[in-house]
Amino acid sequence: MTSAPFFDAPVSALRRALDEKDISSVELASLFLDRIEAFDSGLNAFITVDRERALADARAADERIARKGTGALTGIPLAYKDVFCTEGMLTTCASKMLSNFVSPYDAHAVTLLKQAGTVNLGKTNMDECAMGSSSETSYYGPVKNPWNPAHVSGGSSGGSAAAVAARLAPIAAGSDTGGSVRQPAAFCGITGIKATYGLISRFGMIAYASSLDQAGVFGASASDCALLLSAMTGFDPRDSTSLDRPTENYAAAIEAPSPNPARPLDGLTIGVPDEFFSEGLGDETRAAIEQALAQYRALGASTRKIALPNARLAIPVCYVIAMAEASSNLSRFDGVRYGHRAAEYADLVDMYCKSRSEGFGAEVQRRILAGTFVLSHGYYDAYYLQAQKLRRLITEDFKRAFAECDLIAAPTAPVTAWPLGAMSDDPVQMYLADIYTTPVNLAGLPGLSHPCGFDTAGLPIGLQLIGDYFSESRLLAATHRFQQATDWHLRRPAIARTSA
Amino acid sequence: MPLSNEEVARLARLARLSIPDGSADATRKQLDSIFVLMTQLQSVDTTGIEPMSHPQELPARLREDAVTETNRRATFQAIAPQAEAGLYLVPKVIE
Repeated sequence: MTSAPFFDAPVSALRRALDEKDISSVELASLFLDRIEAFDSGLNAFITVDRERALADARAADERIARKGTGALTGIPLAYKDVFCTEGMLTTCASKMLSNFVSPYDAHAVTLLKQAGTVNLGKTNMDECAMGSSSETSYYGPVKNPWNPAHVSGGSSGGSAAAVAARLAPIAAGSDTGGSVRQPAAFCGITGIKATYGLISRFGMIAYASSLDQAGVFGASASDCALLLSAMTGFDPRDSTSLDRPTENYAAAIEAPSPNPARPLDGLTIGVPDEFFSEGLGDETRAAIEQALAQYRALGASTRKIALPNARLAIPVCYVIAMAEASSNLSRFDGVRYGHRAAEYADLVDMYCKSRSEGFGAEVQRRILAGTFVLSHGYYDAYYLQAQKLRRLITEDFKRAFAECDLIAAPTAPVTAWPLGAMSDDPVQMYLADIYTTPVNLAGLPGLSHPCGFDTAGLPIGLQLIGDYFSESRLLAATHRFQQATDWHLRRPAIARTSA
Repeated sequence: MPLSNEEVARLARLARLSIPDGSADATRKQLDSIFVLMTQLQSVDTTGIEPMSHPQELPARLREDAVTETNRRATFQAIAPQAEAGLYLVPKVIE
């Protein structure tokens, strides 16, 4: 074959191949299912793969294709982070607590993607309850990085990122509370975007920190991400924070022709915050980011310094708020209505305590305890309320910045993927790695990471682009222009160049 | 402000978690390091700043007070650890 094999083709090319009957959806699903079977034992990207269900989805899609009733994603396989509830299918959140939980309903995003005719390949591994930055806290064991299996995939949506990077799925859905889409996208060398808070319904996404949680998507490129994102957004009355606004076709938006093809980003101003290039940023990451910014300038964009002075406090602010909300959200896991219940207990309270301590891993329990502390009598004002006030200051910094620029560029993470286990004994050290991603969640802004280089160990480096509210089109379009002029997004780990 | 083991035990009680006797010290130390990080928040004067609880800051959406859900009790209880006659079973709470 002269063109890319189907497992490494852009979604738009898969669409054409399906419509022109070069391949059926069943064949395409089988191709990816076979790849998962052949390669996932080395990555641990998936928790649940249901071949029969996937093939049933694919047969239904083939019937729709035969009737010419197709949308952009009809017959396209994808994977879901195991935070999305899928009816009749195990939904674990990578926790022993939910290791027996067969969801009785679909998340809203899953409903939309089913209606679009997608094929569910399976549920991907992640940090337990989405709490982590490396996908190592999973009850099902750590996810490994496709570029080097001795290194982490990033997290918490590490399984979705690794699956797409290894071409075990063309696209995948994830969630991002403090960087959990953007950082694993950077670590695995793919493109990932987290939507504006409120754009994708949180209904049926197992809650971590409700005022920060937002879904996102992974793809090899901005154009693949645009197709998936377009299909997941939309108002849902069942999420009280869902925004009632017209949906957008991001895929069409990024394909809009430029009046100046040589300098397609003419007129775009990219703000570069000094605070995101200070101590702690790895030299190789800094160099790759600066090169990418030079590329953006070559495409016509201008860059200017901006200030986000309060962003330095984003980690403690984000973790206080996230842990507080988690301690409340996770109180639903009581061993009564669903999930794990201890085998032996003395009374009701003992049953709660034992079920929860057996069901949750160490990091989840730490965050529940810390969250309980910051909400407890005597400490609420000093921690939780203070964090909410600083959240406003951080958000106002962004508002001021977007008066001077269209997008903000920064590293996604200060370092590349670290070796498995390297930070496991020091949770706080791991939290600090979220320094560049957490401010975006606090403000509720959309953020994207795209590959822009490699370190000397051959591990990918990600550039983060942050946009104003509802600027997903602009984020994806800028990335698309960058990717049309560069080939970082086309680099593949060996596993993704190998046929099953 | 380091925590005592008694304070950790109190938090665990509030959170309905049981910390095994052998791991109390380790849990306390890790929580202490988290609180050292969180205490950085005290370094900023936020007098007069309104707390922000939510990115969109929209008023809560209201809807008609009408039944919108169907009764799916049997489906939901099918995944319960213990249910009987439409009820969730828990250990006896009243003597």
